[in-house]
Formats: sequence, structure tokens, C-alpha cells
Amino acid sequence: MSVLNEKTVEELSVLLESGACTSQEIVRDVLAEKNRIDPVIRAYVELDEEDALAQAVEADAARARGTAGPLTGIPVAIKDLLNVRGQSCTCGSKILQGYRSPYDATAVARLRSAGMVMAGRVNMDEFAMGSSTENSALQTTRNPWNTACVPGGSSGGSASAVAARMAVASIGSDTGGSVRQPASFCGCVGLKPTYGRISRYGLTAYASSLDQIGPITRTVKDAALLLGAMAGHDPMDSTSSPLDVPDYAASLTGEMKGLKLGVPKEYFVEGIEPEVDACVRKAIAQCESLGAEIVEVSLPNTRYATATYYILATAEASTNLARYDGVRYGLRVEGADPIALYMNTRAAGFGSEVKRRIILGTYVLSSGYYDAYYLRAQKVRTLIARDFSEAFARCDAIVCPVSPTAAYPLGSCADDPLKMYLGDIFTVTANLAGICGLSVPCGFTSGGLPVGLQILGAPFAEQKILDIGYAYEQSTAWHTEKPAIQG
Amino acid sequence: MNYHVTIGLETHIQLKTNSKIFCACANHFGDEPNTNVCPVCLGYPGVMPVLNEEAVHKTIRAGLMIGSRIGAFCKFDRKSYFYPDMPKNYQITQYDRPFCIGGQVEIEVDGRKKIIRVNRIHLEEDVAKNTHAATSSEVDFNRAGTPLMEVVSEPDMETPEEALAYLQALKQIMVYGGISECNLEEGNMRCDVNISLRPDGQEKLGVKAEIKNMNTFKGVFQALQAETRRQESILESGGSVRQETLRFDPDAGVTLPMRSKEYAHDYRYFPEPDLMPVVLDKDVIERWRSELPELPQQRRERFVSQYDLPEYDAAVLTADKHLADYYERAAAGTKNFKAVSNWVMTEVMRVLSEKGWTIEQFPIQADALAELVALADGKVINSNSAKEVFSILLEEPGASPKALVEKRGMAQVSDSSAIDAFVDQVITEQTKSVEDFRNGKQAALQFLVGQIMKLSRGKANPQMAAQALRDKIGSME
Ligand SMILES: [Zn+2]
Repeated sequence: MSVLNEKTVEELSVLLESGACTSQEIVRDVLAEKNRIDPVIRAYVELDEEDALAQAVEADAARARGTAGPLTGIPVAIKDLLNVRGQSCTCGSKILQGYRSPYDATAVARLRSAGMVMAGRVNMDEFAMGSSTENSALQTTRNPWNTACVPGGSSGGSASAVAARMAVASIGSDTGGSVRQPASFCGCVGLKPTYGRISRYGLTAYASSLDQIGPITRTVKDAALLLGAMAGHDPMDSTSSPLDVPDYAASLTGEMKGLKLGVPKEYFVEGIEPEVDACVRKAIAQCESLGAEIVEVSLPNTRYATATYYILATAEASTNLARYDGVRYGLRVEGADPIALYMNTRAAGFGSEVKRRIILGTYVLSSGYYDAYYLRAQKVRTLIARDFSEAFARCDAIVCPVSPTAAYPLGSCADDPLKMYLGDIFTVTANLAGICGLSVPCGFTSGGLPVGLQILGAPFAEQKILDIGYAYEQSTAWHTEKPAIQG
Repeated sequence: MNYHVTIGLETHIQLKTNSKIFCACANHFGDEPNTNVCPVCLGYPGVMPVLNEEAVHKTIRAGLMIGSRIGAFCKFDRKSYFYPDMPKNYQITQYDRPFCIGGQVEIEVDGRKKIIRVNRIHLEEDVAKNTHAATSSEVDFNRAGTPLMEVVSEPDMETPEEALAYLQALKQIMVYGGISECNLEEGNMRCDVNISLRPDGQEKLGVKAEIKNMNTFKGVFQALQAETRRQESILESGGSVRQETLRFDPDAGVTLPMRSKEYAHDYRYFPEPDLMPVVLDKDVIERWRSELPELPQQRRERFVSQYDLPEYDAAVLTADKHLADYYERAAAGTKNFKAVSNWVMTEVMRVLSEKGWTIEQFPIQADALAELVALADGKVINSNSAKEVFSILLEEPGASPKALVEKRGMAQVSDSSAIDAFVDQVITEQTKSVEDFRNGKQAALQFLVGQIMKLSRGKANPQMAAQALRDKIGSME
């Protein structure tokens, strides 16, 4: 019976250190569980078992040599848009099928040097464009809590694999909520660090000024461990921060006494599902009972956030995705001349949501429209960031819902992209403002779907939001719940 | 009717740096295709640019050399268009915040000096190189990511000659600054021109045409001549010039419209999110300014004052930085600066033009030339021997002039008793010529000296021989 796959990173670290288990045993348990239930969930895009086991053998050897660290030998599943040398990196798209990464992303290289095992690639919305993973061109991933529902997105493969215990932890990316929202939908912990905290080098870009890599785990401490392993300045990413990286995990206090938590009135509005609202309010009350002081704050420009986000993100995406042209790698559909080759390749290779966003982004940057859209959106972005800095002058962190809804049935948003866009309202603001945010499980709907509490912090206040999340998590049992899945 | 021509140039200049602008690949011409490449310059998924500081320094140095103002806040932008030479299908360039603003280049045409104003200099990445075959296209990405400066002039030029002089002056400055080799064969310098005509007396500029992508100065010159004729004949016949993009066909000597697909773009510029804006420290700029190399004009003036050379020599020697460097290295080894100048301007430059060499390819090292000049100047060898040594050095570049002179016994005979012996012999043998000279025929003396040179097998000091002849014949009575 596979059991090690159910352990957290923290627990496995202890077991490995004491010699109670080996990396190979952990990887075998993960593989066994994946083979049992992934035919139903379909979180994994690729998992080279031989390669994962070979890495585990190497990790065990390192431990025998005495060169192991606390994360050595622990497997992690990687969202299929981070480059891992020799592995796929489809980004959930047909256009990158067949591409093998010639290099490691910096975050991946750091996890590797910490001894972690790169165990498989997980599904996502095509080029991280979506909030349900339904936009993957490869396969449909299901929510382990209710397989008729979406896992959230775009890091839906990461969240469902972690929730279903067929991954110990996973690395995702968050451009407008793509780590926090699927973590919330699947009952996991998801962290979006401050922009610049983790190098983006090797993260296939969707919207460069908003993208940030983040861990999806089962506990706050695990998220802190992985953040610590990945964070820090990278000469390959000029936008990465030179600030020192604290030992987040070791510094967790489990205390929130005396901290001021801001509740933004704009985040508790009509349209939020009553059950979600109730879970989040209950969680806030719990924080108060743990000694936090609750204050009301205002983020008045929230109503412009979604529009701002979709202008800026698509503008950047329209250029970031221009490189997929069939010339150097990935899909190629021949044409009479290079331009025809481009058009044929891109027409066949991109899905409809990606095309929609490329067209939108191209439009907002077009001459004559730039000032009205892109420039204006940049100004609003500044206002949104100012909202947050004013709010953080009055509180230590902000607590609010991750998403107005819990996971919804597969296909229910398929014909209505706007409806799905509006679901990002509570998450896109953190990306626009460049601040950090954490999603922690805070209850279930009556239908048994998880609900997440979002904790937002000022730039580089990861330690603070992890502390609050950890204190809350330690006082509840939500994170210990696990879905029952029939393999 | 007479027309007034207005010309502006956009000149792309590849910077001489060790590595490419955004990655660590070598910036090197002529290697096997697609060998100086990496995920960054190939535009792989997930890669990010890291700005090469050397490229920034050289761009700013270029600006400082032509008197530009350096931008306080500079940034990069994405310029979007699809073409197979573009790895990312957008080019990282500078749209509205270039490194250098303003500046000027002085030109001289037919002895008339003129200032050509520069609008701006910005830095961008070069694209790859496409080769089109009958049924396929090949792309060499070695060039992709080479740091490329674009120098945009104001429309201050009025003739193709001025445009040519501007390009030459610009090249001279860039080579002097160590900014670029400006090697046209290697594509270091490429040019787009704008040209319009208006009838004399009309203030408003005419409709301009743009001629793109020329990579020789001759091409620019001929294209401007051809386009001037074309626009002139349109206007003469009462037509109007269309604003369009052209290319120059050097074989036919005409400008032709480009297919609209080749240039009709909305580039959709927006700030590059992967690079931080560049805010240059004032102290750094001042330090760079203090480290500026000498400008061609300054060097010319210094050659006159330091080496006491005529204006003409100074101008010839400093026209090419490397030639000037060579001269200075040679001059350091001698006392007779003018003699070195004569040697460089006659013998050295003659060989360069005969062989089609640049001075860097010239086999005789400056210190060897200095040694040779010193030997001639000190009358150790006469001028014929000096030329002979020069020829030998061309064949045996490593040889020492001194050693050659010794080995081959070429030292002049300046020993008066030896010369007297030759003089006595010649006077005895050539009585007719001696007689002629005594009767006032100066040419006879030259003949007699020649006979002495012959007897001495070229080693006699001719001045001493002539003097001895005069003395002896004069005292014969
Ligand atoms: Zn490169």
C-alpha cells in the first residue's frame, strides 16, 4: 500500500533524515498512486518513471555520502511551462508538442541543487490562459473532490495532483491567480510570491510583468520550504530582487496575536457565492479569536482590476507568444513561404482562448489604440498598487476570498469567457500590484468542495503571510482532509 | 526647374563587444552558421534578456563623441513584426527613451565644412541572417543578438556627396572610439536613407521616399543619385512623388518599390517588461566622458603640434585610426618624425593600395619601420639601400633591418679615404666627363657620382662622393 505519497514535504524530510525511508520508496509510492488514480484525474502530462527513479537513486546516494539537504530526495511535480532540461514543456499547447527543453529554469535548477526529484509534468491551461485547466489542448484534468468539476487553473494539474496525493508538492505559476485559485479549488496551499522574489528565467512567459512562480503544497510549512529553496536574485532575470532570502520555514511562529488583518469591503460583494462568503468570514473570525485585530480597509480601484489585467496581460502575451512560429522548435505546418508557414503553424497550434488573447493584446497595442488601452491600463495599475500600499499602512495583511466561487462543473464556463474572467477578480489585483498572496484551505461547501482563504501581504512580506497562514492552519483541520477517489 | 534635395540617414552600426547584447554568446563574425547561439538568442520558451553593460558603455561613448546628451532615464521596448530572421518575432529596441539624444558630425565636401545634426542614437539587437534558395530558406542565428546601434541623422544633407561624407565621418568616429570596426564587408554598417526633393524657393519639404537596407557606401551614393533623378523626372513631368519604401538594385542602378508586405507594419511598440529601465549615474557618465578617446580632428591637430608635421601629412595619417596608430608607434622609435611620415605616406601606403591591404594586414611592424628610417636618416644606408631593405622586409616581416644591412653589407661607405680612392679612379678613367664638368656641365658630376656608386656597388655615400669630386677637380687646374 502506498503511503509515503500522503506525507508532506516536512514529514518526508524527517523520515529521510532518520533513515526511515528512501527517496526511491517515496518516488515508487508516488508513481503507484499516480498510476492508480491519474487515469481518472489526468493531472500528469508526462512522467518519465525511469528518470524519476534514477534521480531518486542519486538522491539516496547523496544522502549516503552525507551531502543531502532537508529537501534531498523529495519528488516534486512541475507545471508544464517551466523548462526542465530534457523534459517536455508543452505549456498545455499543441504548438509546443515535441519540444524538449535544452535547459533548466533557475527555479528548477535550485530545486535540483537542493536534491529534489523532478517527478513529472502537470497539466495547465494553454500558456496559463484560463482558470479551469479546460483550455489545455492536451487533456481534461478533474477536481479530485468532485471529478465532475474543474480543478481550477491555470495550474490545475499541480493542484489536483497534490490534492489527490499523487504528488507531494508541485510548482506552478501565477499570473492572475493561477496558483492561488486552483489551490483553493482543490483544498491545497498555494503561494504567489512577490514579483521578483523567484527568478522567472525558464518560466515560459505569458505576461512577463505579472508572472510569478509559486509552490502548491498541502501545508503552509511546505510552501515555505519550497519558497526558500527557489527564491533569491538570479543574474539571468534582471527583474529578480536582490533582497536576502530568509529561512521562511524555520522562522514560522504560529502566532498572529497583535497582527492587524485588513478586510477589504470591495471583496465582499454581490456575486460571491454565499457558502464561500460564509467560509471566509468564519476563517476571519477564527483569526480574530487567535488574537488578530480585524480592521476594514478599502481597495477602491478593485472594480477596474479585471479590465486592467486583461489589457496588460494580453498585450504582453501577444508578443511573448509571437515566437511560436514553427521555425526553430515545436509544431510546424508547412506553407508556400515563411509567412504562410507562420500562419498555418499558429492557426493549427494555438487553441481558441490563446488566439482570443493574442488578438486582444494585438489590438490594445495597435497604433491609435495604445493610449486608450495600454497606457491607461498602466495608469490604473499604478492606482491599484497605491490602493494596496495605503491599505498596508493600516494593516499587516489583507484577508479575503480567493475566488467568488468554489470549483464549478466542467464545461459550465466554456461558452462564456467573460464569466470566467470575472472569477479572477480577487486574485488579479495581487499580480497587478506585484504583492504576495497565499491561499489556505478554510472549509468546504455543502457539496464538499474546498474553499480557500486568501492572505495578501505587502511586497516581500512572504514571511508575514506565511506566519498568518500557518497560525490559522495549525488551529484548523481543513488541510488534513483528503478526497476519496476511486482509481 | 531646379530642385533642392533633402537627405536623412538611419545608420545601423554593429558594436564591437565580446558577447551579444542579451546573452553570453560570442559576438563574432564568420563562424560556422548557428554555432554562436543559445536558448536566449534563439528565442526559446522561458528565456530572458540580460543587458550587456559593454554595449551600453559603447553606445554612450558614441554619443559622447558626437556631443549627444545622455538620457537620464532610458528603457527598452518591444517592436513586433514577423520575419524569419527574428527569433522572438519582436525586436528589443529603444523607442522613446534612447541612450543618446542630439549630437553632430562635421563633414567636409570640396573644401567646404558643414555640420550634420544627429537626432538620436539608440541600442537594439540585430536580427539573424536569412539566405533564400530556390525552394528553401536558411537562417543563421549567429548574428541574432549582436548589439546594434542606430544613429538617426537630421535631414541635413543636400547631396549624395554630403551623405557619403557623413557616412565616412561617422565611420571614422566609430573606429576611433573603438565602438565598431565598421567593416562593411562583414555588415558592421548598414543604412536606410530618406530623400525628398522640392523646387528651389519652396519652404515645405517634398514627399520623401525611403530606400532601405544598403550595406556599402557606394550603394548609398548611387542609390541617392538614382533616386534624385527619379524624383526629379517625376516632378519635371508634373507628377507627384509617392511616399514609399524602395530598395536599390545596384546592377540596374535604379531604385525599385519594395513589396508592401516587406514593410507595412504596425510595430506595436511597448516597454520591454523583462528589462529594468536604465538610469545612468551622472558620475559614471562623467567618468566615461573623461575616458573618451581622441577624436580624429583632435588627433590631426596633435600630429601637427607634437610631430611638427605639415597639415597635409597630419590629415592623411589620421584619416584612418589604425594608420595613425601605426604612425605613432613608428614615430616613437625615431627622432625624425617627418621622415617616418614620408615613409608611411609613400612606401607603406603604396604597398597597401597595391595589395589592397588594410594597415592591420601590413607585414612590416612599426618598430621595424622605425629602425629602417633611423638607418636611412643616420646615413648608415643610402636611400636605394633603404628601399631594398623595405622590399626584403615585406618578404621577411620578422627580420631586423639592422641585421639585414650588416648581413648583406649594405652600410654606406662614408670613410673619406675609401671614397677618395674611388674618386681618384673615376677621375683617371673618365677624363671626358671631368673635362665637361670643368666646363660647367653640372650633369657630368651626376654621371661621375654614378660611376663611384657603381664602383662601390651602391654603398658609397653619394653626398660625400660628390663633394670629394668637386674638391678634387677644383684643385686640378
Ligand atoms: Zn546566445
